[in-house]
Order: sequence, then structure tokens, then C-alpha cells
Amino acid sequence: MSAAAGDPRLAGARRAPRRRMRLSWSDPKLRTIVWQVVILGVLAAIVCYLAANTSRNLSARHIATGFGFLAQPASIPIGETLLSWTPSVDTYGRAMLIGVLNTLKVAVVGVVLATIWGTLIGIGRLSGNWLIARLTAIYVETLRDVPVLLQLLFWYTLLNALPGPRQAFHPLPGVFLSNRGIKIPLLEWQPSHIWVLLAAVVGVVLTLLWRARAARRQAMSGTRPAVWPIGLLLIAVFPVAVWAALGAPFALDVPALRGFNFRGGGTITPEYAALTLGLVVYTASYIAEIVRSGIQAVPHGQWEAAAALGLHRGFVLRHVVLPQALRVIVPPMTSQYLNLIKNSSLAIAIGYQDIVSITGTMLNQTGQSIESIALVMVVYLVFSLSISAFMNWYNAHIALVER
Amino acid sequence: MGSSTTAATAGATPARQRPSAARIGPAAWLRANLFGSWASSAATLVLLYLILRAGWSFIDWAVIRAIWQVPAGAHGPDTTICRQAQGIGACWAVVGEKYRFILFGFYPYAEQWRPALVVALFIALFIVSGVRRFWRRELALLWIATLVAIGVLMWGGVLGLSYVPQNQWGGLPITLILATFGLALAFPLAVAVALGRRATSLPAVRLLCVIYVELIRGVPLITLLFMASVMFPLFLPQGVDIDKLLRAQVAFILFAAAYLAEVVRGGLQALPKGQSEAADALGLSYWQKTRLIILPQALRLVIPPLVNTFIGFFKDTSLVLIIGIFDLMKSGTVAIAEPAWQGLSSEIYILLAVIYFAFCFSMSKYSRNLERTFGRARNR
Amino acid sequence: MSATVPPSSDEPPAILLEHVNKWYGSIHVLRDVNLSVGRSERVVVCGPSGSGKSTMIRCINRLEAHQEGRIVVDGTELTDDLRSLDTIRREVGMVFQNFNLFPHLTILENCTLAPIWVRKMPKAEAEALAMDYLIRVRIPEQANKYPGQLSGGQQQRVAIARALCMRPKIMLFDEPTSALDPEMIKEVLDTMVGLAETGMTMVCVTHEMGFARQVADRVVFMDRGEIVESGTPAEMFGNPQTDRLKLFLSQILRGH
Ligand SMILES: Nc1ncnc2c1ncn2[C@@H]1O[C@H](COP(=O)(O)OP(=O)(O)OP(=O)(O)O)[C@@H](O)[C@H]1O
Ligand SMILES: [Mg+2]
Repeated sequence: MSAAAGDPRLAGARRAPRRRMRLSWSDPKLRTIVWQVVILGVLAAIVCYLAANTSRNLSARHIATGFGFLAQPASIPIGETLLSWTPSVDTYGRAMLIGVLNTLKVAVVGVVLATIWGTLIGIGRLSGNWLIARLTAIYVETLRDVPVLLQLLFWYTLLNALPGPRQAFHPLPGVFLSNRGIKIPLLEWQPSHIWVLLAAVVGVVLTLLWRARAARRQAMSGTRPAVWPIGLLLIAVFPVAVWAALGAPFALDVPALRGFNFRGGGTITPEYAALTLGLVVYTASYIAEIVRSGIQAVPHGQWEAAAALGLHRGFVLRHVVLPQALRVIVPPMTSQYLNLIKNSSLAIAIGYQDIVSITGTMLNQTGQSIESIALVMVVYLVFSLSISAFMNWYNAHIALVER
Repeated sequence: MGSSTTAATAGATPARQRPSAARIGPAAWLRANLFGSWASSAATLVLLYLILRAGWSFIDWAVIRAIWQVPAGAHGPDTTICRQAQGIGACWAVVGEKYRFILFGFYPYAEQWRPALVVALFIALFIVSGVRRFWRRELALLWIATLVAIGVLMWGGVLGLSYVPQNQWGGLPITLILATFGLALAFPLAVAVALGRRATSLPAVRLLCVIYVELIRGVPLITLLFMASVMFPLFLPQGVDIDKLLRAQVAFILFAAAYLAEVVRGGLQALPKGQSEAADALGLSYWQKTRLIILPQALRLVIPPLVNTFIGFFKDTSLVLIIGIFDLMKSGTVAIAEPAWQGLSSEIYILLAVIYFAFCFSMSKYSRNLERTFGRARNR
Repeated sequence: MSATVPPSSDEPPAILLEHVNKWYGSIHVLRDVNLSVGRSERVVVCGPSGSGKSTMIRCINRLEAHQEGRIVVDGTELTDDLRSLDTIRREVGMVFQNFNLFPHLTILENCTLAPIWVRKMPKAEAEALAMDYLIRVRIPEQANKYPGQLSGGQQQRVAIARALCMRPKIMLFDEPTSALDPEMIKEVLDTMVGLAETGMTMVCVTHEMGFARQVADRVVFMDRGEIVESGTPAEMFGNPQTDRLKLFLSQILRGH
């Protein structure tokens, strides 16, 4: 502690006396310890009592504890899966993994769409056009005040009320809307497509490099070379050129009616569509309010000061207003994302097989209720904690420096 | 030169009307608000077209081609005309036939005035609690009295009321019971947890509170309800059995308390530190300080967000449908499961949405009013 | 009145307002305002609250649009044309009552943002320029702090430096000291006096009579949307002609 030794305040200073605890009820430190011991003790006693009951109940019902059942083959029929699934062959563990992936499938798509849709609605509420402002306000008011479960059921019935495959709606070539879900054409993957993808990646990288160069040029000479035409060229035109150079390999797997059902193409099931649509429409009503108040939180003076300096609207929005609005927007927005993920567990009500629904089936089949529910909770906790960890980091990262 | 308006013309230049006629009046309003620019005009026209089309087809379905009554058949009402009209006109007859069932479930038909009275009591309780003049200690007594009265009315068995077991309850009273009892019991727990989370001198208690709040807020309500329906029975000693509604209620209280605790904590944090220090300086003990100085102010600060949280719980009660409790939502879905009425879900969903909306909208309107009055008081 | 004539009448005025009228909805807030400000002239605008001082000064750099009359700034007439807007905004700097610094940017970044993006200045040059002005307003040591870390007086001096970094020909001040504590008012006024000595054309809304006496070539008194009286500080304060100005001055003096 050489630095401390030179501190003039330490000259002739004495150490603060250590507090000694007295064995008396008027000693605050002792009191807090006693309080905590009492509270923890009562709680521990309750937990022990419940645990004892539980183990007695479990043994009476001949239910083994532990997670061994995850390795057993599961006879759950799973309709929609991103991994291969064979009932009665694959294990419960794999079924749960499929459930997690199905939840993520809803969550990721839902979060992206809800953000876009909610932002549009939120900006609409600030619109100078009276009709847009009123309509978006009504949208927000109405959807927030009706339970999301009811909305999900509504969308699900609506999608199921679509006509059968033979009378399917046919809004775009290759797209069919029927009570079997939404059929869409899929691009048939061909080996040469990899080069197109690669070209796109190269395009993005080159654009980023060009942008960095533009920033350097600006710092040096003051003039900033335009970025977007080069970016457009590199990201859009270049991959298309590569594709054309390879002979324009292209084939679509278009769904077509065969008998009573469709063949080929990709399917968006009514369950998935209803769940995602319902969650997006509902969550967007909250996101809209967050976006609106975020934009309104930036004082009008900021716009004026920037305008008085000769900066243009788009630039001001991008460099002055948005950075400030985001500080207000991001924290509540993350909690809406979390809500969307948690609400995706309502999948069970309309028969989409997410983690909760698959675990529910597993629970019924195996009777391992404690383990199953604990597993689901852990999955959600991992989602929640990682998102809030990100949020804390972000908040610390962008916090405004105050006096 | 401009400043010739000096001593001689001390009187003000008279205010003039704005030039160009179309600056005020309806035409000006339309120009400013609907046709302000090219893009705005286009948006207005497109939206108007869509609204008129959608509005017309809705009115066509819901009013013009709607079926309001069905003839009686051999076995109950004859719903063939509804079936034929499906997709063309609404069948509001289902509402007329089923509203008692949707509102009150399997509660004995002759006794349904009791749940109806309970609903009225709940609404009256909410309204009275919303009036700021009544925010006094007596309000807590009123709550207790009303909740007891509600219990008596629902169960009966005393005062000459016939006994109705809980498994026959259903519909709107269940929803209101879950939400209201949930809030009333979760609230004290939430305050305790919020205080515990801020008790710096009790690290163990603090940790416990943090774990509780983060755990509950990290998982969906549905997993807690599952826990209540399949795990709680395992916790109890053999032979003891508590009914499903009560278990769901417990899960709901635990759930609500975690969210409310965060709201209360927000209020505690918003309170300036000087308040606590001033109370300490006056020699108040921790409990006196908390009860007399901190909580009254902190809770007042968070009343609007508390109301918003309550709206959330009210909507969330609908989730008990998934574990088979007979709330409003469940009775609605059961009503249309009957073969005669099958497929009439839109009508019922609209009815349910209107009921939920009526409750939630009035609460949110109220909360916004409060926010405004509070904001005004603080700015003054 | 002789004082209303700009000092050298052969040169075109820096700012010219002719019969300017403005309405908010149906409220008539600027009533036939005529004003001409010569190059290097310093004009102080005063008047009771709500008299349209801010509105007038904001019309000069078109933060507000007028509906009737003509405003010519530095030879450019203000119209809906975006190009004229760009020119004006470059040549006219403005300082606001509540500073309006960008809280997410450092002091230096606040000062260099517009020179880099509007004047297309190389970064190093913009920073050197900014430091130059920060030294002039006597806070170079704060360059890498954020606005939230500065006192009100310091923030206002940064706001002045930020406007000056665009090398404007005209500076507008809208009550630059009225959001400040008394001890900070002096530091900001000193900065403004220093600026006046460089020969900058200034239009300043303020009730600081000492400042007006010290630097103003002309004082303009506004009431209810019109210019009621104008003249040299000595004439205006020593020998007010109208009852409205007398009343206003008595209120100001009692307030101080
Ligand atoms: N955006 C606006 N919309 C409607 N009316 C406005 C607006 N801005 C100002 N006004 C009105 O115009 C009049 C002049 O306002 P202005 O701000 O120019 O006054 P001021 O002289 O600067 O007053 P102060 O000394 O209080 O700043 C006032 O009556 C004010 O209410
Ligand atoms: Mg003003």
C-alpha cells in the first residue's frame, strides 16, 4: 500500500475501532441475525414438511424420482417439428428438445414481427393524419383490454373456418389458404445456391468495409462518399449476377392440390399461424405504446436545436433523436419480448406443440410431475435470465452520464 | 421603417383574421388533419375505403343478416337456421339461450340471483374503492365485509340459503373471485417482499425475496397453474385434499405478489431518501417509519401502475381454463361445445371479449385519469 | 426615429422583416412586424411574456413559418424552398433558453456534429475549431464530458460555442440566461459581450438591462405581437415614450 502510505490524511490517523457484538437484544447486529435465523428457520421447516409429505406421497403412488425417464422412448405424436421424430423410438429428452425449438420458432418470428408491427402502430399514433392516429389508438385500446388467450382462440377458429383444400383461397400463385394451414412454395435447394449465399455474405462484408472507408475519408477530407449505391450494388446486384452467371438455377416446389389435400411446398400449420398471429397482434399493442412514449420522451427542443444547426430531418432522427429514444424504449421493450415468450406457452390451448404442451403430455404419460414442471421452469428461466442479463448490460452501456 | 409604430400609435394594431378563407372551420380541419399532404391524402382514402368495406361487411353479418331467435324444436331449440346462416349472418340467438350459463356456469338455475348479486357486489366494491374520498382505513373493513358476504352468498348453507358446493360455481363470479381475492391477498405479501428486497441489513431475507420475485416473473403463469393442479396435491399430507379452485387461487396469489412487489419496489425507490432520513432523525423505529412515512407515500405513487397490473391479472385469470376451472372463458367455450350450438364460436367470443373489455377498459380509463390528477398535483 | 435606421444604409441589411404576420390557429401572434438589422448591429428585444419575442426570433431562422410578409436574411428570402432553408440555417446560429445540448454526445461531439455533416469539414479541423471556441467560452477542459455533467452556465456556454462552430454570420439568442441561477448569468453574459466585441450581428431576446445598455445598438420593445417602440438603450430606458413601455420597465425594475 505504497500509495496509501503517502496520503497526508493518514498521518497520525488511527484505525476505526472494530464494532463488537454484544449479546443483547438492543444490539442491532445481533437483532438482524436473529431475525434472519428465525425467518429462514420457519421457511426451512415448511419446506422440510412439504418435502416429507411429497416423498411419502410419491412412494405411496410408486413414482420414482429422478430424470432417468428422459432417456426412455416416448410415444407422443408430434405434428410439427424441426428435428426428425419417430414416436415410441425417440426419447422424452428429444421430445422436450423439439418443444423448446418449437417455442423458439414462435418466439423469434413473433418478436421480429411484433417489433415491426408495433413500431408502425406506435408511429401511426403520432401521425398528423387524424384517421391514422384514431385508428391506431383504437387498435391499442381494444387489443390491450381483451385477454390474449381469447384472441388466440379467436384466430384459431378463424383459421379453421377457412374452406377445405378444394375450395382453398388462392391469393397469390402457389399460395393456398385453407383449413389445413397456409401452403407456400419453397425454393428447391440446389448446390450452386451456396455460391449465391456466399456472394451475399461477401457483399455485406465489402459494404461494411466500404462504409468504414467512407467514414475515414470523411474524417480526413470532410466529404463522405455515398454508401448506399455501393451497398445496393454489392448486397443485391452482385449475388444476382453470380446467380445468373451460374446459369440461373431456380426451381420452386409449388404446392398443388392432389385429391383431398396438397402435395409439395411448405406448410404453415393453422396452430402455428394462429399462435404467432395472435401473439404478434397482441404484443404489438404494447410495443406501440412503448415506441410512442419513447419518441415523445425526446424533447422537442432537440429537434429544434439540430434544425437550427442546419441538420436534416432524417439525419436528426438517426443521430440525435433515436439514440435518446432507444434508452427509454429498450428496457420496457425487452420485458415485452419476455412477455411474448411467456405467453407463447398458451400454445397448449390451441394445440400447438410447444415446450409446455409437450411436457404436459409427458407428465401425463410418465407421472413425473415435479421433474417435468421443474424442467419447463428451468427452460423459461434460462430465456428470462439471458434476456435480462442482456438488458442490464445494455442499460449500463447506454446510460446517460449525469452529474 | 418598421418601428414607426411609436408613441403616436400606442394602441395595438388590431388583431386580424387569418388570411385565406380556409384556415379554420370544417374544411380547414379536413385539410389539416386528413389531406395535409400527398401521402396523407392517399392514406386517408385507402383507410376510408378499408373501414367502409370492413364496417359494412361486419354490419351486414352482425345486424342485417343476423338471426336473433330460433324456434323451439323437439329437443331444445332448433338451430338449423343458424347452421344455414353460418358465415353469412350472426346467430345472436345463442347469446339469448346461453348467457345465463356463460355468466354463472352450473350454478343451480333457481339460485342464480346469488352469483348475480355477487357480481354486483364486486362491481360496487371496485367503484367505491376507486373514489379518492373513500381512501381511508375503513375501506379495508369494507373489503373484508364484502368478501365475507360474497363467500356467504356463493356457498350458502346459512341464513336460509341452500348450500351450493364449489364445483357448481362457474362463469363471471369465478373470474372476479380469482382476480379480486388474488389481488387482496397478494398485496400484503407483495409489500412484505418489496420491503424485504430493500432490507440491506438482512442479506439472507433480501436474497430470498430476490429469488422469489425473479423465479416467479421468469416463468409463465401456466406453469404455475400446472404446478398448482398436479404438484400441490403431492405437497399435502395424505388424506388432505384442497379443491382445485383454491389451489389455482394460491398459485395466482403467488404469481400476482411477485409482479406487485416489483411495482411497490418502484414506489419505494422513487421516494426521496430524505424522507427516510427525516423519519430516522425524528426517532421513529423501523416499523413506525415504514408504516407512517414510507408506505403511505410510496403506495400513493404507484397507484396507477398498480391498477395497470390489476388489469393484467384480470385478463390472466382466463388462463385457468387450461387447467379446467370453470371461469368465464371456460363456460363460454363449454357453451358452444354442445352439438346444437357448435361452430358459433365467433358470437360467443365477441360476447366474452365485450365483457372482458368492459371491465379492463373502465379500469384503464380510471388509471389514466388518476395518473393525470396525480401528475397535476406533483407539478404544482 | 433615427436609431431605427441601420448604421450604413447603403449596404443591404443582415435581417429584414417587412409586414410580417403570423397566426397560431386563429391567434394573431405577430402583427405587422417590421424590423431591419444591419451588419454587425446588436439588437436586444424585450417585452412582456407572450408578446411574441420568441416567435419573431424563431421566424428569422424559420423554426416557425410566417404567413404574411417578407423575411430576408443575409440576402436570402425565407420561403418554403428547402435550399433557402439550408442556406439560412448555416448562416444563422441560435442559442436557446434551455440549452438543448444533445445529452448522448460529448461536449466536443456536440460542437463538431454540424461542422462535419453540414459544413463537410474534416474531423481534425472541426475538432480544432471546436476547441478554439471552447477556449473562447473558457471551458476547454470539459470537452470530453457529457452535457449532464456540466452546470447550467457551462452548458449554455457550450451551446454558444456549438452555434459558433458553424461560423454563422448572425447569432440569435432566445432568453439565454433566464433558465440560469444569478451567479451563472454573469459568465454567460460575459461570453456574449465578448462575442459582441468581435462584430457579430446579434439579435437577443433578454431582460438583462445591464447587458442591453452595455452592448445593444438598439432596443426593440414588443407587446401583444407588435413592435411598439424602439431606439437606443439610453432613449428607451431613459425616456420611454409609450405607456406600455413605461409599465413594462417599472415592472422589470421592481422585479430586480
Ligand atoms: N406552438 C404554439 N401554438 C400556439 N400558440 C403558441 C405557440 N407558441 C407560442 N404561442 C402563443 O404565441 C404567443 C407568443 O408567444 P412567444 O413564445 O413568442 O412569447 P414570448 O414573448 O417569447 O414570451 P416569453 O417571454 O414567455 O418567452 C403567446 O400568446 C403564446 O401563447
Ligand atoms: Mg419566449
